[in-house]
Amino acid sequence: MNVSKIFKNAFLIILASLVLSACATQVKKSSGQMQGDVYTGTDTVKELAKGVSDRVFFATNETVLTTASRDTLRKQAAWLRKNSSINVVLEGHADERGTREYNLALGERRANSAKDYLMTYGISSDRISVISYGKERPIDSGSNPLAWSKNRRSVTVKAN
Amino acid sequence: MKNIHILILLILIPIKAFALIEVDITRGNLSPLPVAVSSLSIDKISKKNFEKLLKKKNIGSEISIIVENNLKQTGLFNPLNKDAFLQKPNIAHLKPRFEDWALIKAQALITGKVSLVNEKLRVEFRLWDILAGKEIMALAFTTVPTNWRRVGHIITDKVYERLTGEKGYFDTRIIYVAEEGPKTNRVKKLAIMDQDGFNTKYLTLGNELVLTPRFNPTNQMVTYLSYFRNLPRVYLLDIETGIQEVVGDFPGMTFAPRFSPDGKKIIMSFAMDGNSEIYTMDLENRVVEKITNHPSIDTSPSYSPDGKYICFNSDRSGYQQIYVMKSNGTNVKRISFGKGLYGTPVWSPRGDLIAFTKLHKGKFYIGVMRTDGTGERLLTENFYQEAPSWSPNGRVLVFYRETKTNSNGEGFSAKLWSIDLTGYNERQVKTETDASDPSWSSLLSN
Repeated sequence: MNVSKIFKNAFLIILASLVLSACATQVKKSSGQMQGDVYTGTDTVKELAKGVSDRVFFATNETVLTTASRDTLRKQAAWLRKNSSINVVLEGHADERGTREYNLALGERRANSAKDYLMTYGISSDRISVISYGKERPIDSGSNPLAWSKNRRSVTVKAN
Repeated sequence: MKNIHILILLILIPIKAFALIEVDITRGNLSPLPVAVSSLSIDKISKKNFEKLLKKKNIGSEISIIVENNLKQTGLFNPLNKDAFLQKPNIAHLKPRFEDWALIKAQALITGKVSLVNEKLRVEFRLWDILAGKEIMALAFTTVPTNWRRVGHIITDKVYERLTGEKGYFDTRIIYVAEEGPKTNRVKKLAIMDQDGFNTKYLTLGNELVLTPRFNPTNQMVTYLSYFRNLPRVYLLDIETGIQEVVGDFPGMTFAPRFSPDGKKIIMSFAMDGNSEIYTMDLENRVVEKITNHPSIDTSPSYSPDGKYICFNSDRSGYQQIYVMKSNGTNVKRISFGKGLYGTPVWSPRGDLIAFTKLHKGKFYIGVMRTDGTGERLLTENFYQEAPSWSPNGRVLVFYRETKTNSNGEGFSAKLWSIDLTGYNERQVKTETDASDPSWSSLLSN
């Protein structure tokens, strides 16, 4: 009885460690640059000002801002408050794994979800315009999950 | 279109023979009908004149090759090798020796004659049933010589219609987006070509991004999305004059345009504050109507051929699905319930089916379903493909397919493909450059 229990536990532990190591290798494959399927790396990311990154990333088919994205946008809002003469364009993008027209709508929604967040942090809508490129302007030309995660983005660009 | 008036001068009444030849186009055809397309006979003087005019050595032979290629592309016909033909074109056209043609296993024979009459190209052709030993169709028409390729397409349309009982789709054009350059910065131009890939013309220069051109089903107008001055808006383009105009005065992106079946309205999406809704604009009185009203994405609208219904793409259930509503926006019903995501619904010109793109487990499919969502049938599976457009007779779909890039970001391509409604006869449609977003015109002559 006890012996079989021990075996059972040992088996479970081995199974668990196998699963964990499988996870670990999977994360390693994407160089630890994705959480879920949201890009968390710094490749392609530019700065609007020191410490203010220019873009936020989204999960597949999602327009919800992640904690990291909200953090980025709060920094952008602070920078915009300090530089009240600067206007911005938010460029919304989708990855290549969706139909063209739906992706245009999705890009528009992503850019607007970033715009709404900037507005709640005091940036006037007059200073923010929005454009969607759908899947027309990928930043990474790869056909793999990491490339797609970099392409699902809203990029804040100085308009003047 | 000024250049392409075909004057049907003389219609020799087709003899109503008991049709022995029948081609069933409702199934994948595994034994295509053997057909002999004789070179069109031509007199010496006409031949010389055409050679001067069109820089083609033998216009009669060229036209017969167009017919052959068209018939071959359908997958329903098997044009026989001309080397085996025993009768000269001019003699066969007068009275074929049916035994000779039966000997090479031809079941149908097309003969013809082409000549230059008063600066016009005059063509007559006959379709013969070899087994019955009868002429089953004879037609003659004249046109301007520069239309010589269209002559081949019109002959094919008539033959196809006589043998299958359905209208053809050969005297048609395809408008599409020509693509060049790296994937991260594609240059896109509007392009138009004959259905068989000839006579390509570029309608924009590539200075701005252009997407999703669609034909007006009643004339040669086109609606499309342009990023002119970085303002994505739906435009109207007259292919003949090159005149373009923005459709409506919307304070944000308009996209996903299509014409109503009568060609009088444009239906499209307008995106504002993260919400895309479907609108129509009447092209005569400029009245704009909002059709959907929902906080989700509503896009890719397409009318039923009677104009009474609209199918469209919405994620109101959480994910992209296909919906049908009355053309005034009431009675919205979801019709796609299979596994996966559904997009780009487009109503068949026959009215009974909706073609779509489906994404399931990382694969893209082109498929069709009945207008109530039943009878879903997937025609083709690939890494990436979308945007089906119907041939005017509703028998063939043209769409675009993209290939994967490798780890170096190389290997990307976008090409047009066609497939029969039966799921058979998948073929690449040749284009000069990479291509996407095809839209098939209606028949030019009728």
